[in-house]
Amino acid sequence: MSFLVVDSLTMTYGPLRALNDVSLTVKEGEFISLLGPSGSGKTTLLMSLAGFNKPTSGRILLDGQDIIAREPEDRDFGFVFQGYALFPHLSVSGNIAFPLKVRKWDAVRIRARVEEMLALVGLKSLADRKPRQLSGGQQQRVALARALSFGPRVLLLDEPLSALDRMLREQMQTELRRLHRETGVTFLYVTHDQQEALTMSDRIAVFEKGKIVEEGSPTRLFKSPTTRFVAEFLGENNFVKGSRANGVWQGFGTSFSLPEQRDSGEDAGSATLWLRPGDIGFGTGRDGDISFTAKVEDFVFGGTHNRLALRLRSGETFVASISADLVAEDALGKDLTFHARPEAVGVLR
Amino acid sequence: MSSRFERFALYLTVPAGLLVILLYALPILQVLGLSLTEGQGAIANYERLFTSRAVAGVVQTTLAVSISTTVITMVIAYVIAFGMIHMSDRQRKVALLMVSIPFWVSVLVRAFAWITILRSQGVLNSGLMSIGAITEPIQLVYNRVGVTIGMVHYMVPFAVLLLYANLTDIDRRVVQAARSLGARPVSVFLRVWLPMSLPGIAVASLFILVFSLGFLITPALLGGGRTLMIAEYISVQISNTGRWDLATSLSAALLIVVGLLLALALRSPAMRAAFGGSSK
Repeated sequence: MSFLVVDSLTMTYGPLRALNDVSLTVKEGEFISLLGPSGSGKTTLLMSLAGFNKPTSGRILLDGQDIIAREPEDRDFGFVFQGYALFPHLSVSGNIAFPLKVRKWDAVRIRARVEEMLALVGLKSLADRKPRQLSGGQQQRVALARALSFGPRVLLLDEPLSALDRMLREQMQTELRRLHRETGVTFLYVTHDQQEALTMSDRIAVFEKGKIVEEGSPTRLFKSPTTRFVAEFLGENNFVKGSRANGVWQGFGTSFSLPEQRDSGEDAGSATLWLRPGDIGFGTGRDGDISFTAKVEDFVFGGTHNRLALRLRSGETFVASISADLVAEDALGKDLTFHARPEAVGVLR
Repeated sequence: MSSRFERFALYLTVPAGLLVILLYALPILQVLGLSLTEGQGAIANYERLFTSRAVAGVVQTTLAVSISTTVITMVIAYVIAFGMIHMSDRQRKVALLMVSIPFWVSVLVRAFAWITILRSQGVLNSGLMSIGAITEPIQLVYNRVGVTIGMVHYMVPFAVLLLYANLTDIDRRVVQAARSLGARPVSVFLRVWLPMSLPGIAVASLFILVFSLGFLITPALLGGGRTLMIAEYISVQISNTGRWDLATSLSAALLIVVGLLLALALRSPAMRAAFGGSSK
């Protein structure tokens, strides 16, 4: 029996379909990211799981039992809010003890668990502070400790890192992965940041317009997306037109063949090919590489890798990220040769 | 932005400022001055406030009525304000209208309305007698009960608006957080709403207490001369017995007590924030 099943959940607000027949199966202990642009339905799903909104139709099964009618307080799901939503009138310990007190744990057990949670998130020295006396990162840790203290079945996180600056965000990503590993709790993590989803999750469900357009492991979604939306949303990508006749592809102003696992297998008059900026190399490359000529229209210094805006003879434009030792600013305006390995090129139909 | 505009805006406040000084600050200073010079002089005037049995009685009545008014008003107003923040926008508009209607009715009219309802042959007593709930009319007016009813009715709208403003400021996600952490409705109220609205409760209570201490018309009419509060007592000293010494020293004392009460309250950061100043 599956641990947590979202079964064709639909939620409408007037004419708007915030969730449109969404289904998702979650294994116990998984770290799943719900990724998508704002308004794509990911937060609506999270709120439905927490019980804060009532879907129009569909079921949510926990251990095979439909929990859709259960109030939030009866679900035993931890929730980490955007902006943390700590209790301003309670200390750090008081916040962490809150779920234990309302569950009427005895004082000794509460004290022990609070200690344990403070140690887990590294806040022992700040136990008596009020939330307003803490930094953003510290408040975030309190919110996590509070949501985990009572041993939730699932931890729901709503863009918990969006308010933090980049350095702290990366640090907290590591911290979250550690907490996930150490507690073994199932994490459902809402984010609009594809990098965050790629680095942290076991599995990603990509949302667009109230639907899950694709789900899978970060590697699978990044390396072989099957929809244009995912190919575009996860990581940077370039799209050019291509066609296939007699097993040979035309595109990038040249012809080439693709390896079996990449090839669509049948001829097509028009298809979309994608190639990530980082997979483009400078020069003709090795035997078997696809090489093509393009004009450098813009040059942006980027440290180890410079970014080049390229234009093909066909007029199509795309971006390449090239090692800084290979091209310098004087490349601007020149027609140069670039290459890519065939297995880096993807096909969308 | 532009300093010329700012200066111009500042000049615009001058007439209002002058008016306040002329009609408010000067008379108050004059009252203070009279309390020091009238009768047998300052020391005798203020000494009498502590020795006169009549004054002691009036002060005791005023405190008792003001405190019970504050407590009853706060309970009623909290229930209404708490209900209002959980209403739909449409319901809330209606509720706000209902709460503000008393503002448009003169205090005098309201006091007389209460008398017709509460007096021995009034609507309430005759109603209760006709259904046989009571055999003799209950004394509901011309005593502390009547005064308190009238004052509570006057204060509730103010308290509702003050509490409503405070309650809407509470982050609803914190309430959701409490529920997600397993708190049931009673727990959510006692552990989240109530503690987080304490500053609002304090501000509203202080406002009502201060307002009640100086209340004149409602206690005068609904008290019927038998429940005498400070403001009415002062008014009687001036217009009936001509005791300016007693009236002005008692006024000054009331002013000082209210001032001290506010100063004490403003020591708390929450109150400072509520009264507009920054809390830091």
